[in-house]
Amino acid sequence: MIIAIASGKGGTGKTTIATNLALSLGKVKLLDCDVEEPNSYLFIKPQIEKKHSVYIPVPKINSDKCNLCGRCQEVCAYNAIAVVKDKVLVFDDLCHGCGACSYLCPEAAIDEVNKKIGIIEIGKREKLEFIDGKLDIGQAMAPPIIREIKKHINPEDVTIIDAPPGTSCPVIESAEGSDFVILVTEPTPFGLNDLKLAVETFRKLKIPFGVVINRSDLGDKKTLDYCAEENIEILLEIPFDKKIAASYSAGELIIETQPEYKDKFINLFEKIKRKKRRHNEKS
Amino acid sequence: MKEIVIISGKGGTGKTVVTASFAFLAKDKVMADCDVDAADLHLLLEPKIKEEGKFHSGATAVIDKDKCIACGRCLEVCRFSAVSLDFTIDPVACEGCAFCRNICPVSAIEMKENLSGQWFISDTRFGPFVHAKLGIAEENSGKLVALVKKKAKELAKAKKASFVIVDGSPGIGCPVIASLSGADCALVVTEPTLSGLADAKRVINVAKHFKIPVKLIINKFDLNLKISKKIENYCKEDNIDILGKLPFDKSVIEAITVQKTLPEAASDNIKKIAESIWSKLSSQL
Repeated sequence: MIIAIASGKGGTGKTTIATNLALSLGKVKLLDCDVEEPNSYLFIKPQIEKKHSVYIPVPKINSDKCNLCGRCQEVCAYNAIAVVKDKVLVFDDLCHGCGACSYLCPEAAIDEVNKKIGIIEIGKREKLEFIDGKLDIGQAMAPPIIREIKKHINPEDVTIIDAPPGTSCPVIESAEGSDFVILVTEPTPFGLNDLKLAVETFRKLKIPFGVVINRSDLGDKKTLDYCAEENIEILLEIPFDKKIAASYSAGELIIETQPEYKDKFINLFEKIKRKKRRHNEKS
Repeated sequence: MKEIVIISGKGGTGKTVVTASFAFLAKDKVMADCDVDAADLHLLLEPKIKEEGKFHSGATAVIDKDKCIACGRCLEVCRFSAVSLDFTIDPVACEGCAFCRNICPVSAIEMKENLSGQWFISDTRFGPFVHAKLGIAEENSGKLVALVKKKAKELAKAKKASFVIVDGSPGIGCPVIASLSGADCALVVTEPTLSGLADAKRVINVAKHFKIPVKLIINKFDLNLKISKKIENYCKEDNIDILGKLPFDKSVIEAITVQKTLPEAASDNIKKIAESIWSKLSSQL
């Protein structure tokens, strides 16, 4: 069972839901796929046991073999290679690491070398297994690190994925292959606008989802109306509470400061399991 | 003409609310929303679209089943797991590298250009506004960000505007890097939480990496005074100017809920702080 926590809008409470849900369940894997701004570790405080770098392969031109034929520039879809008068220029930052230039070079003059773009950390807290990734400062591409984190998924385990905000490639990369997505929102016009985008995204990806409304008593009722019209289940509502805000700010879990929430998170999981079973029966 | 980009690292710290305040307070400027995959600024500016265009970017491989001989070469070379065992392409996984097309022995693969989004130039009650909408589950948000910025700058030049004010996206990756390119100031909006601080540090380092001057605002500073102090100390050590601190105030949420900017609808205290932030920022550039 793989559950991804996503949102459209940032700052609605994805990490809060992911970390509290994961620790309420105990024996799960928690993957923090928000590699641009990973925050789950602040709440889980895992013991990190392993770290390794993530690389993407980028071309390196062997000028002794290169005859400036221009084939590499022609096949590069990302304008990462330019053949000028007497040499070949490579722009690493534009390279997606597809390997086409190296493979298709008629002179075998292109090797691939590794460029580091970030790191992965693997650790644990009691029975919880924790994996996160960090994109290096100045690097643009998050998806290769997300792919690396997701290699740790074992379909037999319960896996919780903390996804990045938005609706574009890093979100898709994080949530693809999940059995269920929890969309976390807040009842403001911003929250609702971005929830609608997220709903469109996951309908397109054909992944079943439900909604958690955070700070549910601030803002207006339009999010509830929208979910009712669209037949989207509200899985949980968490009212605004200065105590929750304060514990969040200090890196504390809700279930630590307000233990009564633990049952709510376990119920949330049971609800998702039932929804998933119904979904499987239907299809 | 000076370009200010509002970023945060962490999402939901108040970028758009701050940007919209400047829309009200700055006199001659062009506004731009570069958070193209979850754009919200239009909700407060209520744009009337004057001009729009399609944004094409990248391509997706398509296999012609009639020509395909199932040799498996495409499956072998694709590094993005976009080719399935029955030789169809998963358009979401495909990164458009065209490696498969280039090695297909029977030319059964074509690259189809993606319609990835739309851009708009609009009028608002605060003047011109350039914005965009990235298609659902599309890639290349960085390129759309660059396009929005280019159009905003052209417009500002034509109108001899003093400022281009850009709402950025959360994170530190490709859309953020694209939005920072060529900016005169990166204004970081953060909040006093451990996440807010950790993420602000990362995005500040990205701005510095690209040699963009950084200034900072602490939003909801009174939710955790201890961490606010930590942020202040960090800024002091790093020589980053703090332009102001906004308190947690329900009138901010109420203003957003009625889709108004802070100077239009928030409490007098919030208005005063927003004005002082803008006056410092505009005079320091």
